[in-house]
Amino acid sequence: MHIVDRRLNPGSKSFANRQRFLRRAKDMVEKAVREASKDRAIGDLESPGEISIPSEGTREPTFRHTQGSRRDLVLPGNKDYVEGDLIERPRGEGEGEGGGGQVGRGDGQEDAFRFILSRDEFLSIFLDDLELPDLAKRRVAQTEKEGLRRAGYTTTGTPANLALHRTLQTSLSRRIALKRPKQSTVDDLERRLAEAQSRDDAESERLAAELEALRNKRSRISYLDPIDLRYRRFERFPKPVTQAVMFCLMDVSGSMTEHMKDLAKRFFMLLHVFLTRRYKRVEIVFIRHTDRAGEVDEDTFFRSAETGGTMVSSALQEMLKVIRERYDPGVWNIYAAQASDGDNLSSDNPQTRELLQNQILPLCQYFAYVEVSGPNAETHGYVPHHGQSSLWLTYAALQKESEKFQMRRVSRREHIYSVFRQLFQRRAAKTAEVG
Amino acid sequence: MRGELLYEGKDWDFGTIQRIHDAVADIAHKELGLDTFANQIEIITAEQMLDAYASTGMPLFYKHWSFGKRFAQHEGIYRMGLQGLAYEIVINADPCISYIMEENSATMQTLVIAHAAFGHNHFFKHNYQFRQWTDPEGILDYLSFAKAYIANCEERYGHAEVERLLDAAHALMPQGIDRYPRKRPLNLHMEEKREQDRKEERERVYDDLWRTVPGRAHGAKQLASDKRRALLGLPQENILYFLEKAAPRLRPWQREVLRIVRLIAQYFYPQQQTKVMNEGCATYCHYRLLGRLHETGRIDDGSFLEFLTSHTNATRQPFYDSPSYNGVNPYALGFDMMRDIERIVREPTEEDRYWFPEIAGTGDAMEVLRHVWANYRDDSFIAQFLSPRLIRNWRLFHVVDDREQPHLEVSSIHNERGYRDLRRSLAAQYDVGGYAPDIQIVDVDLAGNRKLVLHHRVRDGKMLELTNAAMVLGHLANLWGYEVLLQEIDAGTEQVLKEHMVRPEAG
Repeated sequence: MHIVDRRLNPGSKSFANRQRFLRRAKDMVEKAVREASKDRAIGDLESPGEISIPSEGTREPTFRHTQGSRRDLVLPGNKDYVEGDLIERPRGEGEGEGGGGQVGRGDGQEDAFRFILSRDEFLSIFLDDLELPDLAKRRVAQTEKEGLRRAGYTTTGTPANLALHRTLQTSLSRRIALKRPKQSTVDDLERRLAEAQSRDDAESERLAAELEALRNKRSRISYLDPIDLRYRRFERFPKPVTQAVMFCLMDVSGSMTEHMKDLAKRFFMLLHVFLTRRYKRVEIVFIRHTDRAGEVDEDTFFRSAETGGTMVSSALQEMLKVIRERYDPGVWNIYAAQASDGDNLSSDNPQTRELLQNQILPLCQYFAYVEVSGPNAETHGYVPHHGQSSLWLTYAALQKESEKFQMRRVSRREHIYSVFRQLFQRRAAKTAEVG
Repeated sequence: MRGELLYEGKDWDFGTIQRIHDAVADIAHKELGLDTFANQIEIITAEQMLDAYASTGMPLFYKHWSFGKRFAQHEGIYRMGLQGLAYEIVINADPCISYIMEENSATMQTLVIAHAAFGHNHFFKHNYQFRQWTDPEGILDYLSFAKAYIANCEERYGHAEVERLLDAAHALMPQGIDRYPRKRPLNLHMEEKREQDRKEERERVYDDLWRTVPGRAHGAKQLASDKRRALLGLPQENILYFLEKAAPRLRPWQREVLRIVRLIAQYFYPQQQTKVMNEGCATYCHYRLLGRLHETGRIDDGSFLEFLTSHTNATRQPFYDSPSYNGVNPYALGFDMMRDIERIVREPTEEDRYWFPEIAGTGDAMEVLRHVWANYRDDSFIAQFLSPRLIRNWRLFHVVDDREQPHLEVSSIHNERGYRDLRRSLAAQYDVGGYAPDIQIVDVDLAGNRKLVLHHRVRDGKMLELTNAAMVLGHLANLWGYEVLLQEIDAGTEQVLKEHMVRPEAG
């Protein structure tokens, strides 16, 4: 008898099968992921997810019988039936139930089952086929630089790149391999020869010859040979400039309810997750405004409340100020997302439009505007809110002019994701739908 | 005689496993007369057990999304704690490979070794179904070949292409089994000899008068079609085999993949047919072996109780009206029948002598059991050995569910008049011919439009379930490359009840 310990064998042999399954069930998994992300707290978005997939789409068909007109059941546990008894047909009897064991089942419908996705799987499906608009891609490509990185050793190179340690290692092994006499051996022999000579010994001649041979050998096998030399090798690789900054502009005026702020927050978090996965470095600037605007930290942005009127242009002014101070548009990819309930001081609208159109949009890769409204706005079948908001009307003209500017409305948490996707999906598949 | 304890407590190491194996082997071979393949015991983790589960219990298998799906299903159930893992997986190979989980206690390992490494092992080696259909020496090599071959195909022809092919092959897997041994191809030498014999025979019985007897009136057309069908080996129930040999559009690698799926389906075929017997045999063996270990003082009372708990759980049979009823438990039925045979052989009642004159009172239970294990499969086993006594103990009853009738009818119960009916009906449920749809390829017009014609013989109004049938036929048409027509034909009246016509997808 053999005992074999397989515990150390690599586990998750099913990894490849899992990958095949995910690829297979991509549409359903995507849908499930979207469903699952609906109710998740935003902070959980980056943690692994458990999703349910309906088995329907991943059905494995085989020829199966329908129930047929007659079924024979042999059951254990008769208590008081006698031959010829009639039994009421059980109500809602499922197929296969009581069907006499594992065999003879009808068309067994499998239930949906849970599938646990790793964090990476979850996010890559979650953000799959989202992309920064083409405009941005071109910009990134232009600013690509070449970088250098270490790539092992080479036998040729400039002295500045000499890898001393590696060179001496090679030299040492060559010396050992060719049996080069050591310095200590030579010294020893020299000492003995000196002694012998001082004693005027007959041995001195032999020692002198031996020393001569050793020295010869040492000179033939040099301490450092050109073939020992090793140089550090570098290779060039394209180093994209992946710097991006995202401006989050949020209206926190009194008219923004908790619900609206929650929607806005979710939207910004999605944007954040998305950008951090696409770019190595993403900076986020939080700007909130009432009738005054200011840059704040994340915590303040999402948590503290304010009251006051609304002046959207103040936020845009603030954004311009920050760009001038810290983010050179030549180097940085600049994105902005604005969330507001659309209520703006009507006298401010022309200024807002002017700022956006002539100053901000030329600097930005992309500007997304999300108008948030109360939870019931759409359920009543009205045009959300009180008709077109003043800001919406102002912006609508802009959207026609520039692809860099997109706007959507959202009133319910579960729509956030689809709105987000509409704003950031690949431009090739442009949607005609607006708002 | 009292032996030394094999182990104490729950812990075990390799030495313990070796001692357990040797002690069990001693009893199994000397007292029960079991004859087994050499054993190889492999220790694996729970996760590896899940992996093995997902790929039909095999240690190496080719890759396919459906195994990923199965893994997710098992994993979900396991993680939620709804169900423990099986304690063991055993592979019909020589040497016989048993997987045991590291989490098991020493007693569980003893149980598993007795159950799998001796019970199943003996059964694999002797049952005629396995002897006829499986090649225990070659299976692991074949699986590793299959895995490499399919991986290679994925590289050369692309994942999607291979996946489509495997999907189709899997859908037809139940129709990829030879239920009867196929005639072995003759070699040329044999062919020549047969021809010679035939000639001699003709000369010997030559009688000119036969020439004058009028032959049957065969239309020329009928003759041609008969000949065509004979050439193609039709009718053919092994659809995968037929496609592999005759589908005009398949490329060689596709034929090889179909062959791999077909051979693996065939390898598992005996297991389907001997579930009750195989588990019954293994359960009976572990029960005897553990009992003996306890009697001889090799395991202590605590371990024995632990064993009994697991054993009882495995052989529990809820009654039909219990919420946990989920059909007949093959472990329970198998085990009870083996014990019952033992009883009939050793201490038969009058009734047993009347029902089982061959074995009642012959005295050597193991000899009878070994014979039974070697020569039956589930349906014949139940038809032959389900005793009136067991029918009474199980309180079996037979219910007929006729859709036309407003009520279900109890057609027989555990009494004198019911025994034969119950035995026959229960056996019928294990008859593969009874539950697998009977589908055969009956004709193809190779010279014409190459339409493939199949018949499904319908019994008891059991037509094919539509959604599934349409999907499988779609796969079939894609493999065949031309139209496929499936006719559902009433087995009694030969009437065509329904026709399904499918065209292959373009491209």
